Amino acid sequence: MIRVILPPHLRTLSQVRGDVELEVQRPVTQRSVLDALEARYPMLRGTIRDHVTQQRRPFLRFFACEEDLSHESPDAPLPDAVASGAEPLVILGAIAGG
Amino acid sequence: MSKVRVLVGTRKGAFILTSDGKREKWDVSGPHFAGWEIFHVKGSPADPNRLYASQCSGWFGQVIQRSNDGGKTWAPGGNKFAYDGVPGTHQWYDGTPHPWEFKRVWHLEPSLTDPETVYAGIEDAALFRSADGGQNWQELSGLRGHGSGPKWQPGAGGMCLHTIILDPSDPKRIFIAISAAGAFRTEDAGTTWRPINQGLRSETIPDPTAEVGHCVHRIAMHRSRPRVLFMQKHWDVMRSDDAGDSWKEVSGNLPTDFGFVIDVHAHEPETIYVVPIKSDGEHFPLEGKLRVYRSRTGGNEWEALTKGLPQQDCYVNVLRDAMAIDSLDKCGVYFGTTGGQVYASADAGDSWAPIVRDLPAVLSVEVQTLP
Repeated sequence: MIRVILPPHLRTLSQVRGDVELEVQRPVTQRSVLDALEARYPMLRGTIRDHVTQQRRPFLRFFACEEDLSHESPDAPLPDAVASGAEPLVILGAIAGG
Repeated sequence: MSKVRVLVGTRKGAFILTSDGKREKWDVSGPHFAGWEIFHVKGSPADPNRLYASQCSGWFGQVIQRSNDGGKTWAPGGNKFAYDGVPGTHQWYDGTPHPWEFKRVWHLEPSLTDPETVYAGIEDAALFRSADGGQNWQELSGLRGHGSGPKWQPGAGGMCLHTIILDPSDPKRIFIAISAAGAFRTEDAGTTWRPINQGLRSETIPDPTAEVGHCVHRIAMHRSRPRVLFMQKHWDVMRSDDAGDSWKEVSGNLPTDFGFVIDVHAHEPETIYVVPIKSDGEHFPLEGKLRVYRSRTGGNEWEALTKGLPQQDCYVNVLRDAMAIDSLDKCGVYFGTTGGQVYASADAGDSWAPIVRDLPAVLSVEVQTLP
């Protein structure tokens, strides 16, 4: 089971409390996790990656195992610890503004 | 007794303000969607409990929300606004070609007759329509495909389609306005469009009387006279008596003809309201005095309405979608400020009082008159 941590605003939008747990077919990649996330919570479509380009929205980052994976290919396998459910994939809103 | 419900969009959420017909005591509900920019909230004329809201964020993009119970509960709808075909380019601020990119929904206009049908005016400027309650959106691409599209340029706030007026006498006629392209009209429910900017004059563009390129801030119409339109342009208050085919200036004795909002009295189609704002670099009321101006003659002759409004040290702005008018007798007039105040007048503008004083900056105000 894959664990995903959403930023607070997206937890509110999707009415999720705590981590999201998803069943994802291997290989586990950013794309396959986001596909599964959006299938479970359709209201998140377009909020993490652009509807048309499927690009990550600029002010969001992907972290796992204390590494910034934001610039990895969306089809690159995620770390084994994420694939096994030991560590979550963290979707983080950039600290910006003032 | 009738009730009124004021729908307020702000930089950090939506607020719903309700009162009875006296409009003296108000209940404030919110923030709904706390922390998100709410560009616009509007109710369906055909089903007042059906509300639509445009919720957006620099982080998470666009969300459309829908309520079936007057704003007590909400559910997200569809948020895919994909331009029809290959979008092409419009002009950037420096005149270079720039690809069309969806940024946000500025304005939602529910159908006059069908609660499931709603129009969305977006940035970069285009008009979308949903016939299933905001789940799926299709572009009415004849507008952006109008031959002038590649010449459109953004205004300071972005290239936004901010005004959508549905003609109550002809379901196929729609008026829209874009900053800074101008006003357009369709007679065939959105398939084809023509610019309606003849008579507008904008000294800051290369050809001051060009067919397109005018920074229209807002257009208003009275339901009983759908061929009479009033416009607050970047500068100049304008009037058309032929559904936009031609315009004449009616700024008259206004202290400045710059502003954003314009609206029409509910029962007197020749009575209109504007809020003059000092421009170009300042965008606050002249002399720090917040004044609504009312014309009872369809323009040209204006009176300042000041009773209850701050007349010193007031440096807020009133943005283009932030004025609304209820249909009670006497009609109520409402406007919101970038300082977070929502002012209401229960006597057609003669006197004013704040409903709330300390909201986030107000982006939009709409009002529903309920049985």
